[in-house]
Amino acid sequence: MNDSKKLQGLIGSHDSVRLLDALQRGITRRQMIQLLIAGGMQATLAGSIASLAGNAHAQTGRRGGRIRVASATAAVSDTLDPSKQSNQTDYSRGTMFYNGLTSLDGSLTPQLALAEEFATQDAVTWVFKLRRGVTFHDGKPLTPADVVFSILRHKDPATASKAKSLADQILEVKATGPNEVTMRLASANADLPVVLGTFHFHIVKEGTTDFNAGIGTGPYKVKEFKPGVRSIAVRNEGYWKNGRPYLDEIELVGIGDESARINALLSGELDLVGTVNPRSVQRVRDAPGHAVFETRAGLYTDLVMRREGGPGGNPDFVLAMKYMFDREQMKRSITLGHSVVANDQPIDPTNRFHFAGLPQRPFDLDKAKFHLQKANLGSAPLPIVASPAATYSVEMALVLQQTAQKLGLNLDVKRMPADGYWANHWMKSPLGFGSVNPRPSADTLLTQFFKSDAPWNEAGWKNEKFDQLLVAARGETDLAKRTKMYADMQVLVHEHGGIGIPLFLSNIDGHSKKLKGLSPIPLGGLMGYSFAEHVWLDA
Amino acid sequence: MNLLLLRLIAGRLVMGLVSLLAVSVVVFTITGLLPGDAAQEQLGQDATPEALAALRQQMGLTQSGPERYLQWLSGSVQGNPGKSTVSGAPVADLIGSRLPNSLLLAGFTAAISVPLALVLGILCALWRGSWFDRAASMGAVAVVSVPEFLVATLAVLIFAVHLRWLPALSSSADVSSFGHMLKSFAMPVLSLACVIVAQMMRMTRAAVIDQLRAAYIEMVKLKGATPARMVLAHALPNAVGPIANAVALSLSYLLGGVIIVEVIFNYPGIAKLMVDAVAQRDMPLVQACAMIFCAAYLILVTVADLCSIVANPRLRHQ
Repeated sequence: MNDSKKLQGLIGSHDSVRLLDALQRGITRRQMIQLLIAGGMQATLAGSIASLAGNAHAQTGRRGGRIRVASATAAVSDTLDPSKQSNQTDYSRGTMFYNGLTSLDGSLTPQLALAEEFATQDAVTWVFKLRRGVTFHDGKPLTPADVVFSILRHKDPATASKAKSLADQILEVKATGPNEVTMRLASANADLPVVLGTFHFHIVKEGTTDFNAGIGTGPYKVKEFKPGVRSIAVRNEGYWKNGRPYLDEIELVGIGDESARINALLSGELDLVGTVNPRSVQRVRDAPGHAVFETRAGLYTDLVMRREGGPGGNPDFVLAMKYMFDREQMKRSITLGHSVVANDQPIDPTNRFHFAGLPQRPFDLDKAKFHLQKANLGSAPLPIVASPAATYSVEMALVLQQTAQKLGLNLDVKRMPADGYWANHWMKSPLGFGSVNPRPSADTLLTQFFKSDAPWNEAGWKNEKFDQLLVAARGETDLAKRTKMYADMQVLVHEHGGIGIPLFLSNIDGHSKKLKGLSPIPLGGLMGYSFAEHVWLDA
Repeated sequence: MNLLLLRLIAGRLVMGLVSLLAVSVVVFTITGLLPGDAAQEQLGQDATPEALAALRQQMGLTQSGPERYLQWLSGSVQGNPGKSTVSGAPVADLIGSRLPNSLLLAGFTAAISVPLALVLGILCALWRGSWFDRAASMGAVAVVSVPEFLVATLAVLIFAVHLRWLPALSSSADVSSFGHMLKSFAMPVLSLACVIVAQMMRMTRAAVIDQLRAAYIEMVKLKGATPARMVLAHALPNAVGPIANAVALSLSYLLGGVIIVEVIFNYPGIAKLMVDAVAQRDMPLVQACAMIFCAAYLILVTVADLCSIVANPRLRHQ
């Protein structure tokens, strides 16, 4: 354990996880040193880090044991159908029972999973070689037909898949060999392996219609699955990854009530709980034998200023509101420090395309006043819609209201119930809050929420230059050029976008100190919902 | 007397069916008035017109409200309450997996709180005005005034988190032995008993005191009966009517009204199922739960009435 801590101290937790992950996949010491040197490291340092990683790897993981985990939601709609999964509970089960062609690591870079190799020339046609010797839980070997079925079913409207808009870019999936699948896209997308590493694209058995048995290729098999109550997963002895998983059994229950989750954790009945409120963090830390695990990720709650039918049509008003965010105070008082100050653009610092060079917009009342006067909106109170459905939006609205008062702007905070908020208020109110979960890639996020014709273009923001950049970046395989394009897009959203993003919110989980192996994957809490394969119980 | 009972039961049955029908219409209409439908609730933020249309098609939401209601009704009459809109599982299965849990919890609570409440109530009536009466009455009022979520949360903090005597979560699925079961049910039953004991106890006390003031009790006393005989053989049978009604009301609460206890202990009962179903606009499931609660209520009240008739000679010989 000490070695892996030291490793984290030297190269940061993301890289250390990547390194250990690479070791897990079986790279040699020589390959690892090459990897490190390629990343700009001195040869001697690379050598010693490789040893450290080797040691840490040798020490990781004790086999055996059973844990109980609680996620934050439970309902009869809990499902093992990848196309319908929608929350922490579902995704955590998805990674227990299924694999994708790829999986996403601590920097959301795609790693090989059921695919042994993928290749493309033009980012339009992609060839995936499947791993040999992989079998489903019922003994059937994995074949290209399973992959074709698993991907194409998202395109069928009758499936009512949540990933349909992502799958629509895939024109064709064909088996082109005994262990090979070829996909053709509508237009170039260098991020296809990222998309295929997400939960909805997990590979199921060809022809499956009833998913309750959870037959996949994943590290655990279904022993019991009761929607809305619990699932019990037992080790898949025939798992294709050597030595994994570590645990014999995982019981996952959904507990909606936060204090019930925390109490059960502290009473020793649970080993891991998802979604801990920042206000409970101290309590967990003070309890002997327990700790919190924080994942910084791209989750954000944003102020949406619609272009049509409200003050959001006025660029000066939009800028004034962005200057009125007292981000530091929001971070301190609302999230108790468990967040990262954001800069009115949606790509968070854990993302490989985050543009760190963009100057942080300050909390500046003078500038806000200047733009507000220029906008000249009169003195009528402006309704601003918030709801517990959008995490912390009510608290953010109240902080904003207080700031606005100092400038003589009267914000009327309308607090709406969580029930029905997305259908009835989100993107419908001229001034209101939205909340966006981490997306696996910058492209997915920007395409879904910022492109002019995006289904969830929250503010109705239209920018031709942005759209062109987005499409160009998607097809660009040169990483440096691509990074530059994403930086330009972040600047555009930061300066002209109709949304204000004050903070990126961290995900906090609580766990028993006996549970080891957690490391952040910025798709969400619980190790990007894929803890099951990675954690073990200390003796 | 048998004829009277039969007539009463038949009348109640007809009224019960009419009530059930009325309740189903009201529940259906009101759930229909809630903003959003099952497809919108399930897709939430991910809703696009295309996805909504596809999901509505899949869920069978394309028909009009009245059409769906009639379909549900004809199915239910034939004993098939349909499938859950959201999960596609048969409603009968979903309820079948939860109802036994609720009945178990309700049964446990009733088995402990009804005798406790009756004994306390009778003793209070017998020793009315004494320190015991005052302490018990004050205690009952105090306990019923504290919201059950506070009782339950405090109990968890003390017995589960600090002392670690009892489990913080309660589930009938893991029960392996009788001792285990007692541990698992101790706190939920305690919290629920706190709520219902008070009402039954105070009703019993009032009803028995009312009888003890009557002239015939004086006669009983003059004849030299012991206090136990006086209360149990003479006063209590005449007080059964109001007591049975109080018990029935309290017990009907145990089936549908225990949502808070189910949430705090993560107990998979039917109240939580219904609340989830409402949140997800899962109409067939909401309907089925409402029917069960309504039927249970009607049955309990009818049984209470029968009890009072059987126990009351005047009603018996009419």
